[in-house]
Amino acid sequence: MSQINDFVIKLANVNGTGSASANGLVMKTIFRMGVPVVGKNIFPSNIQGLPTWFEIRLSRQGYLARSGEVDVMVAMNAQTFERDLNEVSPGGVLIYDSTWPRERDITRTDVTVLGIPLARMCNETFANPRSRILMKNMAYVGALVALLDLDMSILHGLIEEQFATKKKLIGANVQAVELGLDYARKNFKCPLASRVEPMDKTAGHIMIDGNTAAALGCVYAGATVGAWYPITPSTSLMDAFRSFAELTRIDPETGEKNFCIIQAEDELAAVGMAIGANWAGARSFTPTSGPGVSLMSEFLGFAYYAEIPLVLFNIQRAGPSTGMPTRTQQSDLTLCAYASHGDTRHVLLIPDDPGECFDMAVQAFDLSDRLQTPVMVLSDLDIGMNDWMVPELSWDDNYRPDRGKVLDDEGLAKMDKFYRYLDSDKDGITYRTYPGGDPKGAYFVRGSSHNKYGAYTESSAEYQEVLDRLLLKWDTAKTLVPDPVIRISGESSTVAIVTMGSCAAACREANHKLAAKGIHLDYMRVRAFPFNEMVEEFLEKHDHIIVVEQNRDAQLRSLLLTETRVAKNKLHSILHYDGQPLDYRSVVTGVEKFLSQGELA
Amino acid sequence: MSFISKPTIIHKSQKRNGLGLTVRDYEGVSSTLCAGCGHDSVTAALVQSFWELDIPAQQVAKMSGIGCSSKTTSYFLSAAHGVNSVHGRMPSVTTGANAARRDLTFIGISGDGDSLSIGLGQFAHAIRRNLDMLYVIENNGVYGLTKGQFSASADLGSQTKKGEANLQPPIDPVKAGLAMGASFIGRAFSGDKNQLVPLIKAGLRHKGFALLDVLSPCVTFNDHENSTKSYAHTREFYHPAIHTDFVPPSKEILVDYEQGEVMEVKLHDGSSVRLRKVARDYDPTDRGSAFSYLMDARKRGEIVTGLLYIDPKGGDMHKRSGTAQKPLGRMDHAELCPGSATLKELQKAYR
Repeated sequence: MSQINDFVIKLANVNGTGSASANGLVMKTIFRMGVPVVGKNIFPSNIQGLPTWFEIRLSRQGYLARSGEVDVMVAMNAQTFERDLNEVSPGGVLIYDSTWPRERDITRTDVTVLGIPLARMCNETFANPRSRILMKNMAYVGALVALLDLDMSILHGLIEEQFATKKKLIGANVQAVELGLDYARKNFKCPLASRVEPMDKTAGHIMIDGNTAAALGCVYAGATVGAWYPITPSTSLMDAFRSFAELTRIDPETGEKNFCIIQAEDELAAVGMAIGANWAGARSFTPTSGPGVSLMSEFLGFAYYAEIPLVLFNIQRAGPSTGMPTRTQQSDLTLCAYASHGDTRHVLLIPDDPGECFDMAVQAFDLSDRLQTPVMVLSDLDIGMNDWMVPELSWDDNYRPDRGKVLDDEGLAKMDKFYRYLDSDKDGITYRTYPGGDPKGAYFVRGSSHNKYGAYTESSAEYQEVLDRLLLKWDTAKTLVPDPVIRISGESSTVAIVTMGSCAAACREANHKLAAKGIHLDYMRVRAFPFNEMVEEFLEKHDHIIVVEQNRDAQLRSLLLTETRVAKNKLHSILHYDGQPLDYRSVVTGVEKFLSQGELA
Repeated sequence: MSFISKPTIIHKSQKRNGLGLTVRDYEGVSSTLCAGCGHDSVTAALVQSFWELDIPAQQVAKMSGIGCSSKTTSYFLSAAHGVNSVHGRMPSVTTGANAARRDLTFIGISGDGDSLSIGLGQFAHAIRRNLDMLYVIENNGVYGLTKGQFSASADLGSQTKKGEANLQPPIDPVKAGLAMGASFIGRAFSGDKNQLVPLIKAGLRHKGFALLDVLSPCVTFNDHENSTKSYAHTREFYHPAIHTDFVPPSKEILVDYEQGEVMEVKLHDGSSVRLRKVARDYDPTDRGSAFSYLMDARKRGEIVTGLLYIDPKGGDMHKRSGTAQKPLGRMDHAELCPGSATLKELQKAYR
């Protein structure tokens, strides 16, 4: 099988050595050559000295998941050399720094090993100790240019862009690239069988991570107040919001900012601030990760019961507790669905890529204002921090925010008396007012029991009436949340895959691969909680449903069991929870194993 | 409960303020606190202060956490929006609300449990941001709603009703406020309305974080003989170091003070506070000397009251971060959305 534009390069580095930007250049060069790419950064929770990997998959068919194989390994980390070598597929290539002899460790005969004296060449060429380390990365980039047949002029352009503000660094970087390139051309047969040929399949696309896209969504939705406490892997969302806001929301004449970003003292305060700002009429959000949601739970119950809008981004990481902060997982589904004590339930939106992060950020604000309740966007580290190839984001200038049922002074004037929690439209959603308006609209928010007029009550009937009305609002939410994405195989399948979020790309590819083997599965990706009628119908129509998700405890499966009419014996699981982004092979293997067990008899 | 409504008959002879409103217009629903609770006196002082300052109630946001003190925000200014949030978290909700609506006047009512135990972190950080608000701690040294446990402000050796002595030293919100950089710090006694009202008025007009610690005895759980937060103990030991008068910008009245004793501090809106020093060696604009005066007075068993520290010049959260003058919560989407052409432009960096 030809490996042109269809292979995986994995780069094993030590973190803090500047490898990330070098690896990014390789991926971007391939992307600009028109070849679809997938980049996965597998990094440590550390600043300097621990192992880190970057995986670049080229997929001429445009698949966006990991393949689970490595064809070309660039092994720059002595610490992990052995396991990196073991990971290379038979027939693959390993590139390493031959400044230090490694012959003893190279035990495999089914792998082509290419040694390049990267450190020696850089030490001979560059004087400064720090540049010697940094330039080693650029030297292997150069070797890859020769070995993979990368377009040097594109790489050159990218280097110029990267150092646009530090122009004097361009020369040294290009020099280092040439060191590697020349060495590879002189000593090896270039290019390799795994090589890159220009295509035209990335036109109209961008490479962007989900946190950046979500931040753009917040800017476009009109969010003005962002409150947060730093936590991996959500931090880059607020960083991006700040930089976009600084670009687009500062008055050029006065320097006044049409936004306010507050770094809170902890997650409890961050969510409290976002709730306060939403209550006062601004659109406000907080990005966090699982441990933050644990801390925010008390306030989530408050916002649910007091009916205050709130947009929360949970960029999930591997738990429990501190867990693996720099690895991905989908293990906060149950936590977020029911966060806080008492009978609480929350609207969730679950994007599958950065494009959907952008769209759902906007949708989250609209839904939250419409439903007057917290809306959580459940992204994860894989979507949030890795660059994904997605169609260019688009914006409809006719968009107007849905602020929901808000009475202004004019609206209040038409009323005899205003009561905050009176359900006059019988959809469970009541009218609210912002502070600072007509005193007729003044009301008192409380997390303690209140009746439909907004007054404190300890009357059982009055208390229960409000609690029941919140359930009616939940039913209304089902009609407003985004539908699931459904693909019917056309082969009248009774077996289906059901999944969510970042599993989508691997499931899609697995579906194709299985179809090629004659196994046709229907597919549904749920995009929101509560589950709507389309989800119910799909579950009803299928006899065997394999739920693919990235957690140990089958949380999506449990939620489907609790919240839909589906029969327990219809649901099966493929669970992936090692912290690495899901690869399509795991799904294929999981489905085949399930089918071979004869459970479908 | 708050459903009990007060009669709204207003006699013609009732005095009216600059907005044509009587003091009754600034009231809230009936208090459900114990008869004689110090907090109700604070509520009355708040009603009078807002009325005297001619502040339209709807321009005020009343914020609170959880506890007896936090309940009181419904007992004044019915025409104002209010948030009774969660325990110890009023500062964060107020920070967010203030971020959205910098044009409103924020008053936060908290207690010693709400601010000095569960909410100590948020209390400190609201100070650090110099959030523009009046933060009132109704301080009684005891948890009332859970029936009489010591709070973090209870004095060493003070006894519960049952005779149990407190073994932990207190956290004094005034000293904490001084150390953490609060820009306005006052202490008063709920039983001295003449002192309390000018302090509230000055605190409301102060641009930045105004902390007001009000000793407000709990008649049910902490008003007995061996309590140091009882009415009797507070009356005996409270020591006004500074008499405060609040002077609004439009009503310049010369107060009959002896020369040399009066210090005038201008506030951002043109009003001023006139401080009449009782203690000669006290300088309320010097954080260090305020601190040492308090420490010395403490050794003598005195509870120093008055406007103890003021710095009207430090910028509040918005000034520091350069937020637009127009409240963010009142901006139209058109003012905030960069539009499709900009989105195209921004994405060039991701090609």
